[in-house]
Amino acid sequence: MNIQELARLVNGNFLANNGDLTREVKGAFAADLMSDVLASIQPEAVLITGLCNPQVIRTAHMADVAAIVLVRGKTPPEETVSLANSEGIPFISTPFGMYEVSGRLYRAGIRSLENQVNAKDCDCG
Amino acid sequence: MATEPDSSSRIITDQEVQQITRTEELAYELKVEEVMTRNVKCLEPDMQMSQALEMFRSERISGAPVVCGDILCGIVSLEDLIRCLTNYDLDALVREYMSANPVTIRYTDPVVEALKLFVTTKHGRLPVVDEHNRMLGILTKGDITMGMLEALQKDFQAEELRRYRASHLFEDIVSDRTSLILRYNIKPRDFTNGGAASSNIKRALVRLGANPQIARRCGIAVYEAEMNLIIHTINGGVIRVEIEPHQISIEATDDGPGIKDVELAMRPGYSTASDSVRELGFGAGMGLVNIQRCVDNMKLESTFGKGTRLRMKIFMNPDASVGEGHSAH
Repeated sequence: MNIQELARLVNGNFLANNGDLTREVKGAFAADLMSDVLASIQPEAVLITGLCNPQVIRTAHMADVAAIVLVRGKTPPEETVSLANSEGIPFISTPFGMYEVSGRLYRAGIRSLENQVNAKDCDCG
Repeated sequence: MATEPDSSSRIITDQEVQQITRTEELAYELKVEEVMTRNVKCLEPDMQMSQALEMFRSERISGAPVVCGDILCGIVSLEDLIRCLTNYDLDALVREYMSANPVTIRYTDPVVEALKLFVTTKHGRLPVVDEHNRMLGILTKGDITMGMLEALQKDFQAEELRRYRASHLFEDIVSDRTSLILRYNIKPRDFTNGGAASSNIKRALVRLGANPQIARRCGIAVYEAEMNLIIHTINGGVIRVEIEPHQISIEATDDGPGIKDVELAMRPGYSTASDSVRELGFGAGMGLVNIQRCVDNMKLESTFGKGTRLRMKIFMNPDASVGEGHSAH
């Protein structure tokens, strides 16, 4: 599946499409906390998020994100869209929520590109 | 989009305007004269159709403009020639079989105008003329495709060249120890530009030929440090990055307020950030932990009431060293 096909799967609309839309999707990651993204996302993932400030694009640039899916049909500020265009990161808006989008992608065979948290680094081991 | 049959008569919505690609932009930027074929073989009205046949065969073309002096007066297409052949009339003059007053395009028009004409007229080629109808060249869809590919190639080469020049920086300068120092002043609470310094640092590293993993690690570490300066400091701070072929040294300094308990600040999940900062997706108490994961060496010194200095180092193995002609890929 490429970025364009992924957008179709989530009834998405391109807010910014400067970038390679025929690029094959390697996997995805969902989070609203940018620190979580920076800590755990693997390179070339599609980022699913509900945040729409310019920091999302900065974070995506740092973490080599392949495309961003903005959930719940939000309208991001103009700075976010123009930053996405100038960094060449495809930016997709979908009417669905984060759970629905993740579910659709997972069912379509898109795997998770999240680094596991080390058991010794948390209280869950 | 201009190649869709109904696009010329249809109003383009705002949503579609947002989806214009670089290729579509080029259709508006490129002028016909930049992509057309010059030095076109032309016919004259008083030539015989047998000469047209011979020209089509020897030049392997399927149409030719007809000129009177240098003024365009008609065009002979393959259909015209077939009509002539069907009539066994090869001795006839070109003027009898040519299509007079052909559809033309001006040399100053953008390529998109030509694309529209190809769609509406279904012609395979358009004679290119100036304001006095003087024949300048011919334009086919193939010319447009080639012109666009060349323009895209130029875009690509410009970035490659910037990258190549930067990646030989350290080789070209002789000294006992060469380093490149980048400095950025970070303003407090400047969330709009938050991350701009890190973006520039990452871009510089990629141009210098650092491998993508090093650029990514460095980018993430500096970004977290930059956001800390924006979120927590009173007067902002300075980020200083020193790039050497074997290592990258990063320093983020500020003059307050300083950290009360450095050990506590290093604990995953501990944060003093306000709710408004958390709404931006930061303040999860993972910044320093993330930095530690990304760098090879980290030192955090802080005096409460005075200020903080965070020093980080990323070492490069020979394969990953920057500025010595190693490409980023």
